[in-house]
Amino acid sequence: MEPFVQLEGVVAPLDAVNVDTDMIIPAVYLKSIERTGFGPNLFDRYRYNEDGSENLDFILNQGPYRSSKILVSGPNFGCGSSREHAPWALEDFGIRCIIAPSFADIFFNNCFKNGLLPLILPETDVRRIMDKAKDNPGFEITVDLEAKQVRDGDEEIVVDFEVDDFRRYCLLNGLDDIGLTLQHEDAIAAFEARQV
Amino acid sequence: MAARTMFEKIWDAHVVHEEPGQPSLIYIDLHLVHEVTSPQAFDGLRMAGRKVRRPDLTVATADHNTPTWELTRPIEDQISKAQLDALDRNAAEFGLPFYYDRFSENQGIVHVIGPDLGYTLPGKTVVCGDSHTSTHGALGCFAVGIGTSEVEHVLATQTLRQFKPRTMEVRVDGQLPNGVSAKDVILGIIGHIGVNGGTGHVIEYTGEAIRGLSMDGRMTVCNMSIEGGARAGMIAPDDTTFDYVRTRPYAPKGAELEALIEQWRQLPTDAGASYDHTVVINASDLSPFVTWGTKPDMVVPITGQVPDPNSFETTAEREAAERALEYMGLEPNQRIEDIKIDRIFLGACTNARIDDLRAAANVIRGRQVNSDVYAMVVPGSARVKAQAEAEGLDQVFKDAGFDWRVAGCSMCLGMNPDILDPGQRCASTSNRNFEGRQGKGGRTHLVSPEMAAAAAIAGHFVDVRDF
Repeated sequence: MEPFVQLEGVVAPLDAVNVDTDMIIPAVYLKSIERTGFGPNLFDRYRYNEDGSENLDFILNQGPYRSSKILVSGPNFGCGSSREHAPWALEDFGIRCIIAPSFADIFFNNCFKNGLLPLILPETDVRRIMDKAKDNPGFEITVDLEAKQVRDGDEEIVVDFEVDDFRRYCLLNGLDDIGLTLQHEDAIAAFEARQV
Repeated sequence: MAARTMFEKIWDAHVVHEEPGQPSLIYIDLHLVHEVTSPQAFDGLRMAGRKVRRPDLTVATADHNTPTWELTRPIEDQISKAQLDALDRNAAEFGLPFYYDRFSENQGIVHVIGPDLGYTLPGKTVVCGDSHTSTHGALGCFAVGIGTSEVEHVLATQTLRQFKPRTMEVRVDGQLPNGVSAKDVILGIIGHIGVNGGTGHVIEYTGEAIRGLSMDGRMTVCNMSIEGGARAGMIAPDDTTFDYVRTRPYAPKGAELEALIEQWRQLPTDAGASYDHTVVINASDLSPFVTWGTKPDMVVPITGQVPDPNSFETTAEREAAERALEYMGLEPNQRIEDIKIDRIFLGACTNARIDDLRAAANVIRGRQVNSDVYAMVVPGSARVKAQAEAEGLDQVFKDAGFDWRVAGCSMCLGMNPDILDPGQRCASTSNRNFEGRQGKGGRTHLVSPEMAAAAAIAGHFVDVRDF
């Protein structure tokens, strides 16, 4: 897994509450047996018109937002299904950080397993970033996981954040969970022995 | 020992390893696998040279992609077929003894077959790469939906890393009024707590109304816990649960089972144990519900009206309501009973068990589906289908003009050929009314099986209590 230490990039404002996993990637695109290649179908129902052409009203189809690395959105982002295809599609598009006031549990967890940072910030800070990103297409911020800080170029926005230490450690080092767990092989075997 | 909730008892009994500041390592008793969220996990095992640690605790089936037309007709979508073929190959390569492919008599929606076959039991920890795994908590177990990375983790280690969730009691006091079903209970609860009301929590449903539900009804309630944002839902096991388990084909039998039942009687939450939150709902306040919007908490009684977005307090709520009404093609203050329906979907892990089919059949018996409506029934499993056919329910549905299908997830999520056309309006017994969930531009209203059946006959929503 690619470590997540510091991410600098364009912020795409997706100003909506309860963005669900069917919006992020509809079920019809979950048929692949690969982990990659879902990016073109990210927000498929909104990014494309009936004839398959791009919907230019959708944020990710506009100018500098096409190369967004960070998405900022409303509360309860990622609600709905457990499909890991949602973070896979975001990552495949190029987005490695989602900033929102709150996230749905399974989506939140799935992000960390794929080197993505779902970053919870207070609603007022989310709003400041959202508004500045809307007013300034191409607006960039730095998400510094090492320093636990989000800041923009002119340092008008500087927000310190909290993230669980263990998850941060895994992201910073790009650690795979299974390897960590297998260090406890003895404990697992002992548990199984007690069950019989 | 201090008084504990049922969730805490199950959690404590499954901790393999704990360290401060880290997620706990929890042992998993039952891992359910389906074709959509598993291929990448098996690939991961293959690349790392790992095996499935406990094939004997792993149950797999094909449900999401499977067409619901007759089994003799081949799968036309080659990408779907490739995903189903991948599960065939993975089950063989990794030696899964309990794999039910689309031709198996035990095949069905993973959340229908787990309990029905007797794999899901009280006190267990259950996972599946599917958010509706919360269903299984109806038997008094801790059942959570996980992503594909975690599927791989469980396959490799039979454990899951989890931060301990908080607990929430949702108590439904009093008896359910006539005509109010388990689906209405959970729609009412979600309308009350909101789509993120349960985030970070395990919900335990308690109270007289919950105790009075059948196992199938309890599964309907727990199924939609995730729609309230909860990690899991659960209901304390009691004689209803034990009687259910006694008749499951692969559950323990005889003296072994009776000994287990004595242990399971210790599972319910101790008197004096406390939850992090408690929500109380009076059963008398519940009625048949219909969702009007594009999130499951956008719900009103059948006797109500589509809300006016201006009636909401916050800007975000108003904007969400406006957008939902535009998507759904509805007007503020329109009476719910005046909304006409194009399609009926009776199915999904929420409401495709035998009780659901019986309840719907009772509503339509001797009546005809409205000429403007296309209605289909998709039983939750091959066993449910066979049981319904043995009771003659298939004939009741067919006589009324319903299409009688083969088991699968079907139009709940629009992954197989069963989808809505843009603009079509559907009364659906499934669990999600998200934009485009049942097909691009499709409009979904969540209802109970009884309400869906009544709408099929009337051609519009109708109060099943007056029907």
